[in-house]
Amino acid sequence: MNIKTLMLAAVGGMVGLSGVAATSPALADGEHFIPMLVYRTGPYAPSGIPIANGFRDYYTLINARDGGVNGIKIAFEECETEYNTKLGVECYEKLKNNGAHGAALFNPFSTGITYQLIPKAPVDKIPILSMGYGRTAAADGRVFEWVFNFPTTYWSQASAFINYVAQQEGGLDKLKGLKIAHVYHNSAYGKEANPTLEVLAEKYGYDLTLLAVDHPGQEQKATWLQIRRLKPDWIFMSGWGVMNQVAVKEAAGIRYPMDHFVGNWWSGSDADVIPAGKGAIGYKSATFHYAGAGFKVHDDIIKYVYGGDEAKAKENNIGEVLYNRAVINAMFSVEAIRTAQGKFGNKALGGEQVRWGLENLDLTEARLKELGMEGFTRPFKVSCADHETGGPIIIQQWDGKQWSMVSDWIPTMRDVVRPMIEAAAAAYAKENNITPRDC
Amino acid sequence: MIYREAGQFKTSYGADQMIFPILQDRIFVILAVVAAYLVPLIANEYWLQAVLIPFLILSLAAIGLNLLTGYAGQLSLGTGGFMAVGGYMTYKITTAFPDLNVLIAVLLAGLIAALVGLVFGIPSLRIKGFYLAVATLAAQFFILWLFNKVGWFVNYSPSGTITAPPRTLLGIMVTGPEATAPVRYLIVLTFLAFFALAAKNLVRGRIGRSWMAIRDMDIAAEIIGIRPYQTKLLAFAISSFYCGVAGGLYVFCYLGSAETEAFDIALSFSVLFMIIIGGLGSILGSILGAAFITMVPIFLTNAPPLIGLSMPIDLQKHIEVMLFGSLIVFFLIVEPRGIARLWQIAKEKFRLWPFPY
Repeated sequence: MNIKTLMLAAVGGMVGLSGVAATSPALADGEHFIPMLVYRTGPYAPSGIPIANGFRDYYTLINARDGGVNGIKIAFEECETEYNTKLGVECYEKLKNNGAHGAALFNPFSTGITYQLIPKAPVDKIPILSMGYGRTAAADGRVFEWVFNFPTTYWSQASAFINYVAQQEGGLDKLKGLKIAHVYHNSAYGKEANPTLEVLAEKYGYDLTLLAVDHPGQEQKATWLQIRRLKPDWIFMSGWGVMNQVAVKEAAGIRYPMDHFVGNWWSGSDADVIPAGKGAIGYKSATFHYAGAGFKVHDDIIKYVYGGDEAKAKENNIGEVLYNRAVINAMFSVEAIRTAQGKFGNKALGGEQVRWGLENLDLTEARLKELGMEGFTRPFKVSCADHETGGPIIIQQWDGKQWSMVSDWIPTMRDVVRPMIEAAAAAYAKENNITPRDC
Repeated sequence: MIYREAGQFKTSYGADQMIFPILQDRIFVILAVVAAYLVPLIANEYWLQAVLIPFLILSLAAIGLNLLTGYAGQLSLGTGGFMAVGGYMTYKITTAFPDLNVLIAVLLAGLIAALVGLVFGIPSLRIKGFYLAVATLAAQFFILWLFNKVGWFVNYSPSGTITAPPRTLLGIMVTGPEATAPVRYLIVLTFLAFFALAAKNLVRGRIGRSWMAIRDMDIAAEIIGIRPYQTKLLAFAISSFYCGVAGGLYVFCYLGSAETEAFDIALSFSVLFMIIIGGLGSILGSILGAAFITMVPIFLTNAPPLIGLSMPIDLQKHIEVMLFGSLIVFFLIVEPRGIARLWQIAKEKFRLWPFPY
């Protein structure tokens, strides 16, 4: 290498680095800015792609069909995180001040990234909507003013799972002596359900076995060997990404009765069951919305986003479980902005105003119908103290071709979960010198 | 022309043994350090938080690994584990003694990491090279497993996540969410400046020379009177201390909260790549390598939109990975001894400029 090329490289590097300093192109003043942390690459891409498409399609639909939220368009920008916490934080820092008023809200779609952003939210004044993931304790709005995890949380979900098992077994008193195993992703996310399952094990007397699977979860032989020995009556799983398909395959491999194997709502998407083929038939998972593309909102997306091209929409995962979940999450975000507009006027809003909108969000059955989502999910009302609402869950089952609902809406155990949430929130407040606000 | 030591006479042993014997070098380094301290005046939060703070912290970790691998010749893949010890122990110490200055907690955690490094260094007396790498890999997995398994390390937090509590230094918030990026940047920079200088002096002195003797040929070193037992273990301890301090800063000044995944094997590998690309056996190389590994991907991600290219985000990511990979190959082919060596060549050429022979 001679001096000339060296100098050239050095100059090139300098120019390049100085270029990074410039921020992305400024957005028009009159638009809501919603940043999107997505993962279209990496080991979690099979889950990340339908989610990213769902968000994109719903915001595009709102812009194309309604001309924005009450006439104010939504500007959105994707940033690739690979489901990696560090990249997620980098994306957050990059996008948080974009737009005229900064980011309206963040949907991290990763429990790890959510944990990182929770302490930043009150400082940057940008709310976080971690819909059914993230830190469960954030449901206590008195401590976690800026974080929302409605319509329901991991802890509520675990309690509803126990309720479901009781239903199937014929009553809560029948739980005594049952063997229940929890197969979980060995991370902050996977561990979330453990405390609830432990508390309920003590209360109802079932035997709980906790089985951790290390990231990313491709190797689970040891776990399933243990299950073969243990022969649990029910298995609950908190998995994500490639871990789910491997677990379903392994369960099929040891001929575990699939209808006693229930995933949480992140372990029940199409990509999780298809690789296991026929073996996956009968596998169940929790969810808080319906699967399939049979709702009016899907017709609208096909019409306005894909110009009627159904095949193209299919290619973009329309109707898949995670796609639908992202559509619902996008809908919550848009409705929160709409609620905030009711107070602050029809203009582009920043994080502080959208936080008010999230906290006062009242999603009624009538509103869901207007949105073309009647029966798609459940209505709920957020309040200052309760950022979760503890909504019910529903169990879906894979029949080899599609997911179908096999239960009614199963209530969560608010009386057990809420005191746990309050205790955890109080501990967090103490550790971080936060004075809970009055609600 | 400008960069020439003609006329600079050394009249004392002190002058002869300076780290930067050439006046121009000294001026350059002093200016660079001053400039680094003035960066918060012009850099925005994105730059500080997402680019510079991780770069500085990983530089510190890379220096730690370079002491062990580059100078003492002991290949280690346990960097992530030792950093995790630093991070988790800082958390334990600062939550157990909230009144203790958090920076002292970081240093104490570094000492604990040094002890752990000492223990995992013991196999190095018997095994070498790739086999030692595998033994240190055990440290990586064992330590993370331990922190994941034993609730005591995370104060029985149900999610197994540690969060940096707010702590102050001279009345200024230095950790926790309220701590501003410039403050955290300055703290990390001070740590790096101090420990880089310490490392530089360490490797110039008796200890560093004994490390290099062991690295170059351990039997010969033993014959001339260097005790491999103490020397190797000392290298492990000091290296782990650096990694531990870096780990503490990683959690407290950069991430804010962490789970064991933040310290996984990928981190160990990326620190190892930093010193390979930067230059084995070079303190400057550790810093340059850290800059290359942390900043180039960020630059590649941000470059296409800047020149007006808009492409799908996943394609952009794939291109980034490909370009980054080919850049690594390019640098290793052009200069296998690392970017630090390129820097040295540049300096030598510059001394002859404009009349090379």
